[in-house]
Amino acid sequence: MSYSNLYERPGPRGILRNRVLAAAVAVVLLALAYLVYVRFDEKEQWAAAKWTPLLRADVWSTFILPGLAGTLGAAVTGVVLAGLFGLAFGTARMSEHRWIRVPAATVVEFFRSVPLLLLIFFAFFGSYAVLGVNISAFTAVVFGLTLYNGSVIAEIVRAGVLSLPRGQSEAAYAMGMRKGQVMRLVLLPQAIKAMLPALVSQFIVLLKDSALGLIVGYDELVDRGLNGIAANFSNVIPAAILIAGIFILINLSLDRLAHRLGRR
Amino acid sequence: MEALLFERDTILAAFWMTVRLTAVSALGSLVLGTLLAAMRVAPLTTLRGAANVYVTVARNTPLTLVLLFTGLGIGANLGLTLSDDLATNNFWLACIGLTAYTAAFVCEALRSGLNTVPVGQAEAARSLGLGFVKTLALITLPQAFRAVVAPLGSIMIALTKNTTIALVVGVSEASVRMREMIETYGDQVIEIFLGFAAGFVLLCLPMGLLFGWLSRRMAVSR
Amino acid sequence: MFGRSLYAVFAVLALTTTAACGGGQGSYASIVDKAKNDKKLVIGVKADQPGLGLRTPDGTFTGFDVEVATYVAKQLGVEPSGITFKETVTANREAFIEQGQVDMVVATYSITDARKQKVSFAGPYFVAGQALLVRADEAALTGPQALNGKKLCSVAGSTPAQKVKTEYAKEVQLQEERTYSACVDRVLGGQLDALTTDNVILAGYAAQHAGKLKVVGEPFSTEKYGIGLKKDDTAGRNAVNDALAKMFSDGSWQKALEASVGASGFPVPAAPQLERY
Repeated sequence: MSYSNLYERPGPRGILRNRVLAAAVAVVLLALAYLVYVRFDEKEQWAAAKWTPLLRADVWSTFILPGLAGTLGAAVTGVVLAGLFGLAFGTARMSEHRWIRVPAATVVEFFRSVPLLLLIFFAFFGSYAVLGVNISAFTAVVFGLTLYNGSVIAEIVRAGVLSLPRGQSEAAYAMGMRKGQVMRLVLLPQAIKAMLPALVSQFIVLLKDSALGLIVGYDELVDRGLNGIAANFSNVIPAAILIAGIFILINLSLDRLAHRLGRR
Repeated sequence: MEALLFERDTILAAFWMTVRLTAVSALGSLVLGTLLAAMRVAPLTTLRGAANVYVTVARNTPLTLVLLFTGLGIGANLGLTLSDDLATNNFWLACIGLTAYTAAFVCEALRSGLNTVPVGQAEAARSLGLGFVKTLALITLPQAFRAVVAPLGSIMIALTKNTTIALVVGVSEASVRMREMIETYGDQVIEIFLGFAAGFVLLCLPMGLLFGWLSRRMAVSR
Repeated sequence: MFGRSLYAVFAVLALTTTAACGGGQGSYASIVDKAKNDKKLVIGVKADQPGLGLRTPDGTFTGFDVEVATYVAKQLGVEPSGITFKETVTANREAFIEQGQVDMVVATYSITDARKQKVSFAGPYFVAGQALLVRADEAALTGPQALNGKKLCSVAGSTPAQKVKTEYAKEVQLQEERTYSACVDRVLGGQLDALTTDNVILAGYAAQHAGKLKVVGEPFSTEKYGIGLKKDDTAGRNAVNDALAKMFSDGSWQKALEASVGASGFPVPAAPQLERY
């Protein structure tokens, strides 16, 4: 997307002025970066002893890769369940029957309002009081991810369906389709396509949120990776930079994927 | 129930902290997010690039890590001290972290809002002789804001809930208290959870209603 | 195929996840039987505490807790190759034992009456006390009384820091961190002045940062570390206590402690008195 319609195409003087300003901005930014570099250097954050462990194969195989597997495991399970939860409750909330619509809306609004951390705490510590069994950290994390993100997805789905032109459902009814058919053959496919960017950014939120699993001792990237490495080499900042880099890389590829899917 | 009644003051104090964190960070992230959105559409390549990198990094990093960077990076290594009082210092560090994270989402929402503003609006502004800053500030951004009230609402609700992660920089808000209470009153887990959940519902539901109402009121009909 | 079948898929998935999380193992009544028949044990230890329980890059665990666990397992008839160490954190130790995810827990696990409601304890195999970790060049900070106006770090959800504030130094400022590593980083960075928790844990960090950090203050509390077992496993508790008694008497206990945290100058105390019940 280009936003060049927001300003006149600059003339020769304008181009020159823009270049000078751009250079000035660059200088300011570089100065800031240098300041951070120097301050970190004073605290020995760039010391080789803190960074070289991150390149070792055994550090990756013991801390980072198992952590990554944990993060992805929880995230993928969470995405599937949250997606299904979202579809189910999103459509239920648009039901014509009050007795379906109202409970669905209550559930969605409740879980949209409760912080994920609280849900995970409750699932992990409260499962014994409620179910009589202790659930694993993985289940607690997935429970939280599903309910929280599922409720958000339910709203995305609902907004997507409501945003479709009314003619779509009218035409479908006119062809003699039943309510369920209209929803799943006409409305949902279009809504999901339109909502794909929002859905993917919610999935990215979910992936990042799985990092909260560390609070109940789930072996994921922040707990296993960051804390594990830092406990051995006391290099919290370098390890955190690496782990953040891994998250950014995964999320960016998800984003790319969504764009490619969206164009089809 | 006794646990909730007994610890009423602690719980209220914890939620008051949640409210303060949310209010300060909401304000901060709206300002910073708007600034970032303006930077991302600016004619200067370096401004655009910087905003781009910032948003990409902040949006794709778990909040846990963002707060860890503010606490350890800014606090311990850059030596930024905002107050001699540790609790106040942590509060402001948490606000910085939450603002830095949320602003990226505000920026993205506003940018998609800018996409909904018809090209003719900016062209008309330019033909009146308005420059980039005025076109953006007076014509396109206000309309973009009106188009994205609902997404902004979701972002602010998410922010309210995200304040629970401030425990990473040592701020005692609701989640810390809930955890402590579960440890102390192990037999009242459900009541404690429902009590804290109710607190967040009481905070978030009115916000949702308010933003829903605002978005209907302010919607631009085209 | 999108509508009703979707709800069905959702229901099935929901059911399988609930089913999957219910089951544990634990077909044996006592850890003694399991050790004797399977020659295998799963032991819960800390993974992020240098000197006590630390997962190292080669995937193995080291530290005093690990040494104790290995010794006890050997006495029960399980060779080191038959032990699987599993990370436990403060929040999930009781749950892991109750579910049978681990056979025993050796993870700086203080014996308390509240915990005895859920699990049983062999030991104690170590009596720790709360102390302070400060920068090595810090001369003025000698004990909890000197903390007025200073900044003290502790790990979230633990009570020791509160104890310092109420009993020793009313003017101390408390910082809660998620991990000890984060506290250590802040003390090293000069942002905070001290870290408080059990002396032996602190000694592990002092050993890791030899010359930069030191443990100060006479221990001002008593924490008895026990080995957590299933609540009704009396036979197991007796067997583990016997193993510990042997470890104390044949010198292995002193050697393990010296090897794990000795580098910090931590004086090896006399072995504790077992509390059989």
